[in-house]
Amino acid sequence: MRDPYEILGVAKTATADEIRTAYRKLAKKLHPDLNPGDKRAEEQFKEVAAANDLLSDPDKRRRFDAGEIDASGAEKAPPNARYYRDYAGESGHPYEGHGAYGDFAQGDDMFAELLRRAAEQARRRPGADLHYELQVEFLDAVNGATRTITLPGGGTLQVTIPAGVEDGQILRLRGKGAPSPGEGGPGDALVQIVVRPHRFFTRDGDNILLDLPVTVKEAALGAEVRAPTTTGSVMLKVPKRSNTGDMLRLRGKGVKKRDGAGDELVKLKVMMPTEAEPELETFLAGWTPASNYDPRQEM
Amino acid sequence: MITEREFLERTQLDRATLSIWIEEEWLIPDRTAHQLAFTDMDLARANLIHDLKDKMGVNDEGLGVILHLLDQMHALRRALADTLKSAREQQSSEGR
Repeated sequence: MRDPYEILGVAKTATADEIRTAYRKLAKKLHPDLNPGDKRAEEQFKEVAAANDLLSDPDKRRRFDAGEIDASGAEKAPPNARYYRDYAGESGHPYEGHGAYGDFAQGDDMFAELLRRAAEQARRRPGADLHYELQVEFLDAVNGATRTITLPGGGTLQVTIPAGVEDGQILRLRGKGAPSPGEGGPGDALVQIVVRPHRFFTRDGDNILLDLPVTVKEAALGAEVRAPTTTGSVMLKVPKRSNTGDMLRLRGKGVKKRDGAGDELVKLKVMMPTEAEPELETFLAGWTPASNYDPRQEM
Repeated sequence: MITEREFLERTQLDRATLSIWIEEEWLIPDRTAHQLAFTDMDLARANLIHDLKDKMGVNDEGLGVILHLLDQMHALRRALADTLKSAREQQSSEGR
């Protein structure tokens, strides 16, 4: 690391004003964006910026003069990792200026042709992509639906939600974005889907999960119970001696995709009656179990 | 894609200054339906404007002129690069 006074070309006794003037002079000459083709300018500019950081701060300058910190110890990472010039070389950005060579593009030689082509490309640049968010009900996401987004400008946008769409998925509607600034086509509309949670269904990939409460009697003796699916209710056979946590599979009742469908997984939840049941209590009080079943055996 | 809030945070600009910069066309963000959308390029350009104003003392009148000339220079550099590339390709195909 070189001596910061030497880098800025000032004396060790320079005033703050002299340092600022020297820095500005060098910055104007060396700023990478004012020297887009010069690789060395960036290195030199960083050096000058670091020297200025050190010497323009009275406290840091004092500590440097006293030998408490060295020149590199005070060096900060440059604030902008990438300069404007790193982007401006591309075509198709809104800051492009073609006026500078309009006169050269008049001829009929190969160079004029190239220049015309570059300007033409910029004119044909498509419009920007517009981003939207669409909240979708759980069942609409599973089964598919058509929804209309009302745009702030007053227009509307028809969105076909494909069956099985997932939370966070982005639908691209070609040509529904902003118009081109030149003569190109419009950009696309990008609609991000936000799926609202459902009261009792949840989703795991292509499977639908459901906790289904059953009575003690249904669980003990077995029963046919009505179970909701995403496409309406079906009758589900609960086997005799079912238990909380037992999983029943309704094949093909999950999320339907082009390459098949998932299942609905029904997890049983045995519910004690909430009202008083004197008969049940009397029975249980006098009941001697046939086996000495202990649900806490493993604990 | 950078949101307006993130852009203000990363450039340490206030909203009023940003809207002046946009009005002056120093910055041209994309306008989506609900908000402004910035790119990394806009961020780099905002840093350049900061550098020109704060580090080099360029005033507002001069800034517009500098940006306009810079953009023309970049278009020229690109046109020159394209032209040189084609000329070189032509040269090497003739040389064969």
